[in-house]
Amino acid sequence: MTTTTSKTTPTVPYDEALREFEPVIGLETHVELGTASKMFCGCATEFGAEPNTQVCPVCLGLPGALPVVNAKAIESTIRIGLALHCDIAPWGRFARKNYFYPDMPKNFQTSQYDEPLCVDGYLDVQVDGETVRIPIERVHLEEDTGKSLHVGGSTGRIHGATHSLVDYNRAGIPLVEIVTRPVTGTGAHPAEVAKAYVTELRDILRGLDVSDVRMEQGSLRCDVNVSLNRPGDDWGTRSETKNVNSLRSVERAVRSEVERQAGILRTGGRIVQETRHFHEDTGMSTSGRSKEEATDYRYFPEPDLVPLAPDADWIAELKAALPEAPSLRRRRLVEQLGLSELDSQAMTNAGVLDLVLATVDAGAPAAEARNWWLGHLAQQANTRGLEPAELPISPAQVARVVELVSAGSLTAGLARQVVDGVLAGEGEPDEVVEARGLAVVSDEGALAAAVDDAIAAQPDAADKIRAGKVQAVGALVGSVMKATRGQADASVVRRLLLERLGVTED
Amino acid sequence: MSQITREEVAHLARLSRLALDDAELDGLAAQLEVILEAVAKIGEVTDAADVTPMTHAVPLENVMRPDVVRASLPREDVLAGAPAAEDDRFRVPRILDEES
Amino acid sequence: MTDLTRLTAVETAVAIRDREVSATEVTQAHLDRIAAVDGQVHAFLHVDPEGALDTARRVDAGELSGPLAGVPLGLKDVVVQKGVPTTVGSKILEGWRPPYDATVVKRLREAGVVILGKTNMDEFAMGSSTEHSAYGPTHNPWDLSRIPGGSGGGSAAAVAAYEAPLAIGTDTGGSIRQPAAVTGTVGVKPTYGGVSRYGLVAFSSSLDQAGPCARTVMDAALLHEAIAGYDPADSTSIPSPVPPVVEAARQADVSGLTIGVVRELSGEGYQAGVQQRFEEAVETLTELGAKVVEVSCPHFVYAMPAYYLIAPSEASSNLARFDSVRYGLRVGDDGERSLEEVMSLTRAQGFGAEVKRRIILGTYALSSGYYDAYYGQAQKVRTLITRDFTAAFQQADVLVSPTTPTVAFPLGERLDDPLAMYLADLATIPSNLYGGPAMSLPAGLSEGLPVGLQIMAPTMRDDLLYRVGAAFEAARPAPVPPLSWEA
Ligand SMILES: [Mg+2]
Ligand SMILES: [Zn+2]
Repeated sequence: MTTTTSKTTPTVPYDEALREFEPVIGLETHVELGTASKMFCGCATEFGAEPNTQVCPVCLGLPGALPVVNAKAIESTIRIGLALHCDIAPWGRFARKNYFYPDMPKNFQTSQYDEPLCVDGYLDVQVDGETVRIPIERVHLEEDTGKSLHVGGSTGRIHGATHSLVDYNRAGIPLVEIVTRPVTGTGAHPAEVAKAYVTELRDILRGLDVSDVRMEQGSLRCDVNVSLNRPGDDWGTRSETKNVNSLRSVERAVRSEVERQAGILRTGGRIVQETRHFHEDTGMSTSGRSKEEATDYRYFPEPDLVPLAPDADWIAELKAALPEAPSLRRRRLVEQLGLSELDSQAMTNAGVLDLVLATVDAGAPAAEARNWWLGHLAQQANTRGLEPAELPISPAQVARVVELVSAGSLTAGLARQVVDGVLAGEGEPDEVVEARGLAVVSDEGALAAAVDDAIAAQPDAADKIRAGKVQAVGALVGSVMKATRGQADASVVRRLLLERLGVTED
Repeated sequence: MSQITREEVAHLARLSRLALDDAELDGLAAQLEVILEAVAKIGEVTDAADVTPMTHAVPLENVMRPDVVRASLPREDVLAGAPAAEDDRFRVPRILDEES
Repeated sequence: MTDLTRLTAVETAVAIRDREVSATEVTQAHLDRIAAVDGQVHAFLHVDPEGALDTARRVDAGELSGPLAGVPLGLKDVVVQKGVPTTVGSKILEGWRPPYDATVVKRLREAGVVILGKTNMDEFAMGSSTEHSAYGPTHNPWDLSRIPGGSGGGSAAAVAAYEAPLAIGTDTGGSIRQPAAVTGTVGVKPTYGGVSRYGLVAFSSSLDQAGPCARTVMDAALLHEAIAGYDPADSTSIPSPVPPVVEAARQADVSGLTIGVVRELSGEGYQAGVQQRFEEAVETLTELGAKVVEVSCPHFVYAMPAYYLIAPSEASSNLARFDSVRYGLRVGDDGERSLEEVMSLTRAQGFGAEVKRRIILGTYALSSGYYDAYYGQAQKVRTLITRDFTAAFQQADVLVSPTTPTVAFPLGERLDDPLAMYLADLATIPSNLYGGPAMSLPAGLSEGLPVGLQIMAPTMRDDLLYRVGAAFEAARPAPVPPLSWEA
């Protein structure tokens, strides 16, 4: 590992750094496509299979094996390019990117070099109510690598390991790389723009149904480039931070890099062009390989694959069949639901607008959906250090809980327990209700004993109520609810208590 | 054509993961020099300037397969040829640097 | 009974079909022949008696049939065969048993062809003498002190020494045709894309092509037909019917054809004896009724330099997978050394000198800063060579030349002079760069050693090779090797 000045130079707080320097950011996003089979062979792509069970002569790079392109992967890449307003190349070839690495069975990656499938697009994102246009340079298709387990080191990291163990199940899974042009003009919030971009991109990919876009499983991965320059100066030297594997980390990676570089620049230091590795645990990056001795990848057209020449009519068909863009869909739904600008802004900022809309789509009233996602679920996400979208609960599941409440089968308190059960991986809402025995107890006979016990236990409160202080019933309701572990309908309990005490309300 | 130095050959050997000793490097530098001199004459082909490079000998395009899963190899076959294996994975010596 | 090893493939197949002899007897005769002579010839790296006899038994039981059922064959060790050691003539793959079959092997199995074993070759098919095999050279059956050609010297020598009537070779720059020429046998490089490359250990992907080695044109045609045809596992496989090569070999008629003599493939560098046999061959073709014209292919003089940039470049990438991780040799793994060191030691010790030379050359030619001048320029020259062919085929149906500039040279003569070695492929390389089919067949002797006639045809007109070749063969039967070293 090389040492850099970052360890000794104090950082500059983000806002302060951005008053002094202009940021230029760039993002390279890798997306594993959700095809059934791999890019160049028929092996399955399922996540989590036993090591080295989804490999064949082709993806293992055995001598003599040859690749054949997966048509679905080409189609998905073109659809992604179209959704990002790219031009689709009328002709192109795969290339070999040559470098040695044990994760890569052939010691070259079949990728696209100077002839990517899609070029020159853009993606608009909203940050603080403003639209920022992110220019897309290229969208190309390549193959993923295998995965190494580093053994013997203290942290499971490569550094300090005695040896490594390689599993090639992931090798050869189609991987789309989406590369932005350098993004300037992000002013005071480059980190927020970066996060908004990846979020929007993820939503688009999900809408296209081309990938399961699960950052925690690595099917969506980001490399973040950052440089700083003083206003009026040329762009600064950039660093490339790899391993950025959650939305929150995208933001943190840009933020910490702005702070680090500003510290170095302010003290007259020089930024080294390098690859940095982001660590989810610390939220910091460390220096990796210095790019000053650049690797020579010796690209050349892949002779084992023939050129691609996507048919113009086919491209037109794919374009016509694209789903509505998330941004448009969002705008339409916001209007349909009559949400205020402020409200939708709040939901956007919290990263829940799409979730709310999807919950509404699944049948929940807008107000309920909004309350869940901005309330209990936002809290749960926060405690777990996740984005709300990364919570293991779907909008459809939330909508089902809402439905159960409105049907009277759950109380608000029970509903939260059901949601927590879903989050804990206990299954569908109905399964959680069943397994935890959370259905509302509305059988009055069953509640009568609890009501009597409550009155007996708190004679003072009972007297007050009999004397006309009806508001004192709250304490008794509380103890009945507690005794029934929240499963009683509070309004029924209240009515029973008052009846028992001979009080009638008007 | 420029002179091929031992350092250049050493760089090429590093790129291609060949641990060559000094004698081999010197020998290869000399041979490379001779071979490159012999092949340098393709530089004389002046009518090549506007010609499209030929990367394939077949005029095929858009050769693709449907996205259909086919059987993978049995794992014992996968690992049978491995110089070293552990926990159903290929075991390799410690890796120096990350690269991707 | 006549010596079963002296029969042609056609004769053998017919005898088996007519139950005059069993496939098992034929197979055993060849296994015995190998046992008797291969100590001197060293055509085989691995003999697989069990596998061979098993196939023979299945043929005899009527489970397998076809025009070549029961005919023995040598398989160049560059073709993977499930469970059978495949080394590509290299130490780096010593002991590796592939878990899958090449498409060519699948087709041979289905045709009931008896695979006797794996034949010797220059390591990774890089060479023209088979002296670059890590397992020792093959000797030319015409004169054991001479080279059998390369890289497929083992396949050609096996056929010439009656160890097998048929063999599979691969031809990247002449590795089927040049050995055929110097061993007095027939060798054909089919149209690129005509025979599946799936399961051929790649040397230069855009040039490699597998094809038949035999003692007669008709035998070659039958083998050609058995292995050729579209294969979805090879993206460069041509989805068209196989040219009617067997029918053409039967036709054996050159009347009405125009034959082009390539001006650039003769003269300087070609031995007088070779040149003389070639001119006689052209005369013979004229007598047989062909019209002969001279054609010029001005860019052919750049074929060799273009080839020695393209092939090593692709090879440097293709051979990167031999890294001590998934299969093959591993050297120096002492628990201390890093993977990078172990990989580099393994490759340095596992690859021979010629392979390392070409990896370094290819790495250089692909390097940024040199790419355009070398690899890029070589591919432009390839376009021009293809244009030369196209223009020549406007004037002639097929082109002819000597296959090699010289007869078989003595073992060791060119081993330390790579450039001299490379010259052996002067006339064969253009067809690889273009992609069209080409054949070498015997055209008499010079100084008691075989001379080859090369016939080149347009892409997917492999049938023309056989039509012309069979006519020529009928008029000028191949000389028979004296095999004076036997006994
Ligand atoms: Mg990439
Ligand atoms: Zn596979």
